[in-house]
Amino acid sequence: MKNLLKSTLAIVAVLVAFTSCNNGAKSGKNSGALANNVAEKVYVAPGEHDEFYAFISGGFSGQLSVYGLPSGRLFKVIPVFSQDAEKAYGYNEETKPMLNTSHGFVPWDDAHHPDISQTKGVIDGRWVFINGNNTPRIAKIDLSTFETTEIIEIPNSAGNHSSSFVTENTEYVVAGTRFSVPIPQKDMPINEYKGNFKGSLTFISVDSEHGNMDIKFQLIMPGFDYDLSHPGRGKSHGWFFFSTYNTEEASTLMEVNASQNDKDFIAAVNWKKIEEYVNNGGGTMMTTNYAHNVYDESTHMATSTMKKEVLTVNPLDVPGAVYLMPTPKSPHGCDVDPTGEYIVGSGKLSANLTVHSFTKMLAAIENESFAGDAYGIPIIEFEASLAGVVEQPGLGPLHTEFDDKGNAYTTFFISSEVVKWKVGTWEVLDRQPCYYSVGHLMIPGGNSQKPFGKYVVAMNKITKDRYLPTGPEVTQSAQLYDISGDKMELLLDFPTIGEPHYAAGCPADLIKPRSKKIFNLEDNKHPYAAKSEADTKVVRDGKTVHIYMTTIRSHFAPDNIEGIKVGDKVYFHVTNLEQDYDVPHGISMIGANTSELLIMPGQTETFLWEPKQEGVWPFYCTDFCSALHQEMQGYVRVSAANANTPLKWSLGEDIE
Amino acid sequence: MKTTLKLITILFATLLMSCGGKEEKKKEGFSYEKKTTTEQPVKKVEIIPASKKVDLTNKGVGPITSISLSTDINQEIATHGADVFKKMCTACHRPDKKFIGPAPTGILERRTPEWVMNMILDPEGMVKNDPLAKELLIEFNGSPMANQNLTEEEARAVLEYFRTL
Repeated sequence: MKNLLKSTLAIVAVLVAFTSCNNGAKSGKNSGALANNVAEKVYVAPGEHDEFYAFISGGFSGQLSVYGLPSGRLFKVIPVFSQDAEKAYGYNEETKPMLNTSHGFVPWDDAHHPDISQTKGVIDGRWVFINGNNTPRIAKIDLSTFETTEIIEIPNSAGNHSSSFVTENTEYVVAGTRFSVPIPQKDMPINEYKGNFKGSLTFISVDSEHGNMDIKFQLIMPGFDYDLSHPGRGKSHGWFFFSTYNTEEASTLMEVNASQNDKDFIAAVNWKKIEEYVNNGGGTMMTTNYAHNVYDESTHMATSTMKKEVLTVNPLDVPGAVYLMPTPKSPHGCDVDPTGEYIVGSGKLSANLTVHSFTKMLAAIENESFAGDAYGIPIIEFEASLAGVVEQPGLGPLHTEFDDKGNAYTTFFISSEVVKWKVGTWEVLDRQPCYYSVGHLMIPGGNSQKPFGKYVVAMNKITKDRYLPTGPEVTQSAQLYDISGDKMELLLDFPTIGEPHYAAGCPADLIKPRSKKIFNLEDNKHPYAAKSEADTKVVRDGKTVHIYMTTIRSHFAPDNIEGIKVGDKVYFHVTNLEQDYDVPHGISMIGANTSELLIMPGQTETFLWEPKQEGVWPFYCTDFCSALHQEMQGYVRVSAANANTPLKWSLGEDIE
Repeated sequence: MKTTLKLITILFATLLMSCGGKEEKKKEGFSYEKKTTTEQPVKKVEIIPASKKVDLTNKGVGPITSISLSTDINQEIATHGADVFKKMCTACHRPDKKFIGPAPTGILERRTPEWVMNMILDPEGMVKNDPLAKELLIEFNGSPMANQNLTEEEARAVLEYFRTL
């Protein structure tokens, strides 16, 4: 009895403590899992699936991460621009060519802005594109395999930042340079930048069936910094909008010198017009050098081709194709609403948001309401294209996304918040703090005609005290808000890899049914595949040895190899004979100067081993594959360089 | 008492091992309860291994509930089956000898055709739901039968090939 009383008291005390905590919480009555059913809203029960996929850029990790929403669970890190020892990407012989560039093998990049392919202005879930910022590249990830299948280098570009956004039928994926440079590159004094450096805006055509990328043309623009871009859609389909800063064309002490002009520009590019010009033979072919790397799913191999020329277009040669819309204070985000009517410029040093009207822009062009020109490109009068201004919504606006109810959501880096406002009336409706210093935000389908306005993900630049500390370097972080009601509600913090710059999301059902389970062994066209154990062999060609090996639960064939010599180059070509879902095998060799292989069912991968010492050296399966995984091992006998040990291979000779 | 016994055993074993090492070259390594061929140790209790058990009524658990075999073997289908077997099964099965898994020769004298096809088409389900399949898994060192994603038609062809063995 006494005990019962005690425990009741204890429970009451705890409850009181929790309740009072909630009342005292800084972000008001809606925070905290106990105040209402916030926890339930992000809870995805064991074995259940999330409603949305989110592809979140891995920033300076160079990769693309795949999350589920609303749970914030990480499913996969897709290697894109950086080597990944876990998956052998960039380490195995098949994928090394993916990271080839005109500068040679570049094993890293800074991945920024994923964008999912679209059909008729709606996300179709076939591919996701992402840009490598540092050594300008655009990658395409196939969403049936969740693997990077194509990377194209962008010549005449530097700091490939206003990328990689797609037009509404994925006609083009667009890559704009952030830094202007001499085009073509040449040795010249830096302080002669002004008027001499140029900025390239690259339109990469995407084959509608296979997704193959090809640079259609490069627009060679004045030497500004092209920061971000978005396609027109609906009524503005056929146009593309790029934000600019450093219209001062400064090359040093940029934080001061690039902030002198009261207004920079949003460049409006009528790509349909330029496409027509180019299709009719317009443009100038320029000699250049860039890599085009394509992964072939049937050979499980990538090839890298160096391309030697690119078609350039001078905007002055295509009258009516390019205009500049003045936009206050170094605009960063350049976001187009689902109707295609409004283009929101987030002047990052301005207190206001500037919204341009596409209709008014066309009228201004029609009426020639120009305030002048920049290197011959017409500058539209500021008031002429202006639709409205969101007054003083916060400090340091960066990016805007849209829901399906006519609302816009803008991030403010300096005041660290997401602000919801009404498109058309420009009134501020709600604001929620971010922890801390938010950069981009993402609503699934946000960059399309059909957003799914249930959640917004805010991607933060600073985390500080939000998680358990891990030394000076703390986790990167995103936050999930419920935006289905009038007021936004913070639901969840979750860690991310690298620095999450931007993300693209869509309903899981768009992708889930098409996700590949295995590679069909019969379709494997790898030149070194062994498609059954009968095909396994070891072939010597001078000092090069090719091992055609297979794996299946739970053995390698062959698993005993003799006659390898010090100084040989030994290629292990390993085919996974499994044809069942989720049965990969790994393989690693002691002392190999590379990563393991991780081979999916039906796939062939290759690693190179250069034995340096005589002896008998083991290899083993690195991915726990069955109850007999620990038995999945083998030996290679290495003899002296001048030995006569005959080349032999076997599996299970002494089995009864 | 128990400990002493253990100690003595270990000592004895070590002795044996070291002895083995020093003896003539032929006797490399050692043997400890090595499995002998299945026929030999049948003298005590009659334990028939799963691979030798005969069950011609059990159809197994899986997509195949009933098939009828014509008296004549269809050579064309059997040839196709041999090809499928070679590509998809030989990593673990040799036609006439035990390898990773049992040999298919004579399988239809021990199993129903439905059981064989279910084992090919849904090995995970069989191991879970069919006691004989489960016993086989244990007999074969817990080495799981891989689901090679054969179509029903391919599995049927493999079955026809088995009839020729």
